Amino acid sequence: MLHTFVAYVEDLPGVLTRVASLFRRLNININSLTVGRSERAGLSRLTLVCEASAEAGHRIRASLFKLENIVDVDDIAQAPAVTRELALIKVAATPQNRSQLFDLVEVFRARIVDLTSESLIIEMTGVESKIEGLLEILREDEGRILEICRSGKMTMRRGHHLSSVLRAMGAGETETVEPGGNETQEEGLPSALE
Amino acid sequence: MGTNGNAQATNARLNPPTRLTGAEILWATLAGEGVDTVFGYPGGAILPAYDALRKFPIRHVLVRHEQCAAHMADGYARASGKVGVAIATSGPGATNLVTGIATAMLDSVPIVCITGNVSSKVLGTDAFQEVDITGITLPVTKHNFLVNKTDDFAQAIRHAFQIARCGRPGPVLVDITKDAQQGSAIFDFEAAKPRAYRPHPMLRVEESGLDQAAELIRNAKRPVILAGHGVMESGAMEQVRALAERAQIPVGLTLLGLGGFPASHPLSLGMMGMHGEAWVNHAIQESDLLIACGMRFDDRVTGTLSSYALKAKKIHIEIDPAEVNKNVKVDVALVGDLRQVLEDLLPRVSGRDGSAWLKTIEASKGVVAVRDIKNLPDSGHLYAAHVMHDLWRITGGDAVVVTDVGQHQMWEAQYFHHEKPRTLITSGGLGTMGFALPAAIGVKFACPEKDVWVVAGDGGFQMTAAELATIVQEKLKINIAIINNGYLGMVRQWQEFFYERNYEATPLVSPDFVKLADAHGIPGRTVRTRAEVAEAVNQARSAPGAFLLNFLVEKEESVYPMIPAGSALHEMIRRPGRWGKDPLEESADE
Ligand SMILES: Cc1ncc(C[n+]2csc(CCOP(=O)(O)OP(=O)(O)O)c2C)c(N)n1
Ligand SMILES: [Mg+2]
Repeated sequence: MLHTFVAYVEDLPGVLTRVASLFRRLNININSLTVGRSERAGLSRLTLVCEASAEAGHRIRASLFKLENIVDVDDIAQAPAVTRELALIKVAATPQNRSQLFDLVEVFRARIVDLTSESLIIEMTGVESKIEGLLEILREDEGRILEICRSGKMTMRRGHHLSSVLRAMGAGETETVEPGGNETQEEGLPSALE
Repeated sequence: MGTNGNAQATNARLNPPTRLTGAEILWATLAGEGVDTVFGYPGGAILPAYDALRKFPIRHVLVRHEQCAAHMADGYARASGKVGVAIATSGPGATNLVTGIATAMLDSVPIVCITGNVSSKVLGTDAFQEVDITGITLPVTKHNFLVNKTDDFAQAIRHAFQIARCGRPGPVLVDITKDAQQGSAIFDFEAAKPRAYRPHPMLRVEESGLDQAAELIRNAKRPVILAGHGVMESGAMEQVRALAERAQIPVGLTLLGLGGFPASHPLSLGMMGMHGEAWVNHAIQESDLLIACGMRFDDRVTGTLSSYALKAKKIHIEIDPAEVNKNVKVDVALVGDLRQVLEDLLPRVSGRDGSAWLKTIEASKGVVAVRDIKNLPDSGHLYAAHVMHDLWRITGGDAVVVTDVGQHQMWEAQYFHHEKPRTLITSGGLGTMGFALPAAIGVKFACPEKDVWVVAGDGGFQMTAAELATIVQEKLKINIAIINNGYLGMVRQWQEFFYERNYEATPLVSPDFVKLADAHGIPGRTVRTRAEVAEAVNQARSAPGAFLLNFLVEKEESVYPMIPAGSALHEMIRRPGRWGKDPLEESADE
């Protein structure tokens, strides 16, 4: 099954190697890994998606926690969460067939962020299935897609969730975290119909 | 040596904070952490540190190979429970440490390795003797640090000590660049204190789990305690004993658990696993409740998992959450420090009558005893089993035995009965040949008053024999027993059983070990018959300095019983002979 881990790691050289090395040692392939700054100074937040047996989740999380630079690890498992991915798609487009793409982008609630006489770049954020949906349509014309760049998944639990680890670090005392969320996009919705 | 331990000795001279060079900060921090002995080998990138050493109350032991520096630190740590320290230069010095670090990692031994590295300006340029040692050792350390600022030295080293000794212990490497050793910074030992150690967030010992465990113990008919290295690491000897005695539960031990429960105790079953006693493995297979204490169900103790202890419920008491349900699925996991967990569990456990189960096990012991080689009449041949048995008898078991890896290691485990913790020092998880001699040097520094014995094979001894010179240079009283069978015996045994006696690359020509010792100024003698063993052991013990005994033992003897890799725990190869069908196996079939 697919496992999704969200971790806070110290923002130091070599930390990502340690995370990646662990998965190599466990012989588990990483499907996607996104890393960036978090709300906490000095801590990066990563979302890691990998394929492993259902029982492996416990050991992966426990092993991640054994890495000195890892501060918190959340195994999202079946918890309600928002997952998004960003894709940049460069598409061959001439002035003649551009308008068709404009329509498509509209339907998928994507954006065009670069436009030249031969190509344009579509920026699209959404759940994986939605991005796949757009790509599927674009692939109907062979050779139209020139480049694809995908961020990998980013995941955040819904609602006011605070791990015991972060709580122990004093989180949630000073910051106010809005309970609930006003997410409109639902994971299950067919992508093009949103 | 070894008086203030790793108890943090505050060095009056360095209080208040003083400006020191990086090299001085290194030693001052080590001294502050209570280190009085380090094992190392110099070279260009660590030379500034060596230059500053004379100003500090730390004894440096010059090794003959950096692998041995790590093994010495390891032996020191295993014998004392304190953190051992090894030091090496960059490049080849650092890479030579790797086997020793991995050995400590697999057996959860707290050591700190310090390596020099090239100057920070040339890091990453393939400068002379540069290797990426933090990259190389990443998977075999608990953690490692690359320090290239003098300001960061003290904190990194103190943090390294904390990581090495806390939770499940293990090795930590600190790589320090040459320029950072040469630079200077304000040294403030107190300010460099790491933030409080954070226990693994997944430790979990719930009341309900404790109750459940107690309930399982109350209802068990055939319980067995499996005691591992964690008993020593956690200092839970008394608690394990209390549990065993109160509930009348027999105790099987892993190789690294030997000494964690007294061998002479009526409830002691001895070693389990691949070369464990038949009655222990049968008891485990027949058991209806296993209480695993600080052990990790290694493949060497379980045999094939699909047939392991199928009738038993399992309680796992373990400090590392990543070990729970890794190899064997357990019914109750108490994830925490063994000693603490047992203290919480004990009040819930009441006395129970275990006599029927104990009688069953006892009966099978008697059957096995007739197969025991030490009960056979003296054929004039010398067997390693005899040597180990006699060594145990003559020392009264009151010695620290440091073994190498191979048949002799298993014979030691079978025939030298360990009463106390930290009296058997051996490489279990990695099975590193060449471990014994250097580790024994570390042991001797940790407990100079103890009778320290090296028990090594003719193969493994030659891997690190150069350390004989270290023994002489450091004037150490260490007794060395070489179990000389002319073979890489354990591998030969596998070839005998599983490769049609194709003895490829296992016959071994060795130097005359007595002459080799003599070349170092160490006296020794060769022993050929059982009649000589006692006298030779006594001669070694009473010699003022190191002494080497070269035991020429039966060449093609095998360790029995043996569970072939991939077989079930009860499918043992037994000593061939005139016993006919084993009554124990017959009874197990019923
Ligand atoms: C460094 C290393 N290389 C290879 C092995 C594989 N190995 C395990 S036991 C053994 C034979 C050991 O021979 P010896 O030291 O003579 O001991 P004996 O088994 O004869 O008692 C070998 C080669 C090992 N454990 N460690
Ligand atoms: Mg041999």
